[in-house]
Amino acid sequence: MPMRKVMKGNEAAAWAAKLAKPKVIAAFPITPSTLVPEKISEFVANGELDAEFIKVESEHSAISACVGASAAGVRAFTATASQGLALMHEILFIAAGMRLPIVMAIGNRALSAPINIWNDWQDTISERDTGWIQFYAENNQEALDLILIAFKVAEDERVLLPAMTGFDAFILTHTVEPVEIPDQELVDEFLGEYKPKHAYLDPKRPITQGTLGFPAHYMEARYKVWEAMENARQVIKEVFEEFEKKFGRKYQMVEEYKTDDAEIVMITMGSLAGTLKEFVDKKREEGVKVGAAKITVYRPFPIEEIRALAKKAKVLAILEKDISFGSGGAVFADVARSLINEKEKPIVLDFIIGLGGRDVTFGQLEEALSIAEKAMKEGVEEEVYWIGLRKEIL
Amino acid sequence: MAVRKPPITTREYWAPGHAACAGCGCAIIMRLATKAFSEAMEEKYGDPDAFAIAHATGCMEVVSAVFPYTAWKAPWIHVAFENAAAVASGVEAAWKKLGYKGKILAFGGDGGTADIGLQALSGMLERRHNVVYIMYDNEAYMNTGIQRSSSTPYGAWTTTSPPGKYSIGEDKPKKWVALIAAAHQIPYVATASIADPYDLYRKVKKAAKIDGPAFLQIHGPCVPGWRIPPEKTVEVAKLAIETGVWPLFEIENGDIRNIKFQRFPKDGKFKKPIEEYLKLQGRFKHLFKRPEAIQELKEQIKAMWKVLGKEVELP
Amino acid sequence: MAESPFKADIERVEKELTEKMTPGAIAYIPGSSVINKTGSWRVFKPEFNKDKCIRCFLCYTYCPEPAIYLDEENYPVFDYDYCKGCGICANECPTKAITMVREVK
Repeated sequence: MPMRKVMKGNEAAAWAAKLAKPKVIAAFPITPSTLVPEKISEFVANGELDAEFIKVESEHSAISACVGASAAGVRAFTATASQGLALMHEILFIAAGMRLPIVMAIGNRALSAPINIWNDWQDTISERDTGWIQFYAENNQEALDLILIAFKVAEDERVLLPAMTGFDAFILTHTVEPVEIPDQELVDEFLGEYKPKHAYLDPKRPITQGTLGFPAHYMEARYKVWEAMENARQVIKEVFEEFEKKFGRKYQMVEEYKTDDAEIVMITMGSLAGTLKEFVDKKREEGVKVGAAKITVYRPFPIEEIRALAKKAKVLAILEKDISFGSGGAVFADVARSLINEKEKPIVLDFIIGLGGRDVTFGQLEEALSIAEKAMKEGVEEEVYWIGLRKEIL
Repeated sequence: MAVRKPPITTREYWAPGHAACAGCGCAIIMRLATKAFSEAMEEKYGDPDAFAIAHATGCMEVVSAVFPYTAWKAPWIHVAFENAAAVASGVEAAWKKLGYKGKILAFGGDGGTADIGLQALSGMLERRHNVVYIMYDNEAYMNTGIQRSSSTPYGAWTTTSPPGKYSIGEDKPKKWVALIAAAHQIPYVATASIADPYDLYRKVKKAAKIDGPAFLQIHGPCVPGWRIPPEKTVEVAKLAIETGVWPLFEIENGDIRNIKFQRFPKDGKFKKPIEEYLKLQGRFKHLFKRPEAIQELKEQIKAMWKVLGKEVELP
Repeated sequence: MAESPFKADIERVEKELTEKMTPGAIAYIPGSSVINKTGSWRVFKPEFNKDKCIRCFLCYTYCPEPAIYLDEENYPVFDYDYCKGCGICANECPTKAITMVREVK
């Protein structure tokens, strides 16, 4: 029988790692993710998890050791956030290019400067082009589930790409919620053992990993990563279905909420989706035709799902906790490119919100909604809207 | 007459057809180190193949592993410039869980070891991974076109330490990573040189047989980087030893008061002047117009020996 | 006649090696660099005089390619498919059993 425990998001991530039975874990402490390696250390110390835990001297070495372990043919896991993920940046590309299905838990946190330990998605969003699959969890249960799912998707032979699961700093990492811990037996069945056919460091069958790709071969190697990420769309759907059958919880690339007759759909990711759904309930009671949508899988980007959603609404309002300076929100850009060749498309609005742990209030959501309502009637006034900005101190 | 037996194994893990320059000193290190490793694994585990290699980006990596080819006949992985030690840590951990017997060999050049990879190296040594890390020291960033590293000797020309009106070439003393490694009090640290291949072979074997981390800093002359003719690679390395420029030593468990030296003159007096070493190399050519710089280099070499606990005389 | 320790590698590479892109651009055939006959780089060629050889193994030990292997009696055999003509063997030979001569092509 599955066990229910009240736990923090970080503990849920550590439990997911424990259930997945990685053979090597390499991690370096960073706020707000520190509890993940702490909890895993406990599991290892108590003999509850039979893994080598490498207490590395940096995040760069954490991911490098994971690459070494995964290339040697074992399941590998790490956890980090923010600056730590940024320090890994170089090796993230390599892990994907070498086709190593490492899984990483991220406590989504803002990037310096100024230094800030609180939530936004700048860390993972900035790694969107590395070739890692990206999941965003709404709550602690999703954090646990989406790490298990990440392993299954990453290790699928049609994919063989690393995957990261993000859950919001403090809002999830440090907040306790009831979480159902799946049965180990079921997880074992679901994941199986990782037995790679492509990458190993076995003296009986020596191979060379990490070759130099000349112009005559590089583009094909990169195309293979592209192809694997495209394959991941189908694999993720299959894994979501299998997960639902086994564990009873349903996941979708994009989860819609009260969108069927919505004129305006507010789109977000992560824990903000919970707040947004409550807000939609409130506005529905007031008779406003607004819906919500949560993007669970950001890479591969759910292009088809966004197109289907776009057919329902007059305005898509993207609420996102990241910014690409000189352009705008990253999620906005992905939504916009999904729709660019559609014959009919809704207005798409770009809202930057909740950076560096700024609370996202109903008041802010009201502001975004009223801009969307105005845009529906009068057109778009601004390229990028910063919501909740304290203009008085600027 | 009985057939004489070669002093090294005839097994090869470094295949020809690689793209190293003719006369490459570091290619000799690759070949001999893997042979020695294999002999050690055979003696220790009964399996000459019981090792894997983690390689830093650098000359020996780019010349040996151009898709779809590889010069390696052992399991081999390259990830990036600065992280060979961290990658080796991960491979070693995985091998433990897989139940493989054997040891991990890591290679990095002086750039990948003394500079950008120093942190990862320190971490790997401190965590006591069962890894032998070999720094193949050609004394500059040769792969990117001969830029100075912290392991470049005083006075040397490189593309980023050109001699000029206000420059004698490289103006800092060479950094000895072997001593930094020894400070980790790991079981075994040694320097070696292609000039004495059997000493090199013995030391790699010893390192490979030890349980726990070991570090070797091996002198490997670079034909284009040192501006030497290809046939002089070994000769110049020999002169480095004979003139006192390159010390050969072993340090066990960080015990720097009991360093074992090889080919050290009993009286501490080196017979050949360092000028004999310098004059063979284009990278030091300009020094012969700057005798004060040669004098300064001699002082630095004496100081290096003093750190090692030896008073030396240089002619 | 002794054969190259890479004979099996050469045969395998000639039969199996393709450019087909593998996941992770992994090179699956160990020692497949043997397909590159680097002997074409050579300007000077080592010529070996067996009579002078004392079988000290220095040429064999030093060869960076390696393009020297040993025959049944442990005399060096020069593999001109791979020898880049660096001349270390000749320079280090204590009995001058190896001499470098200009390559005639």
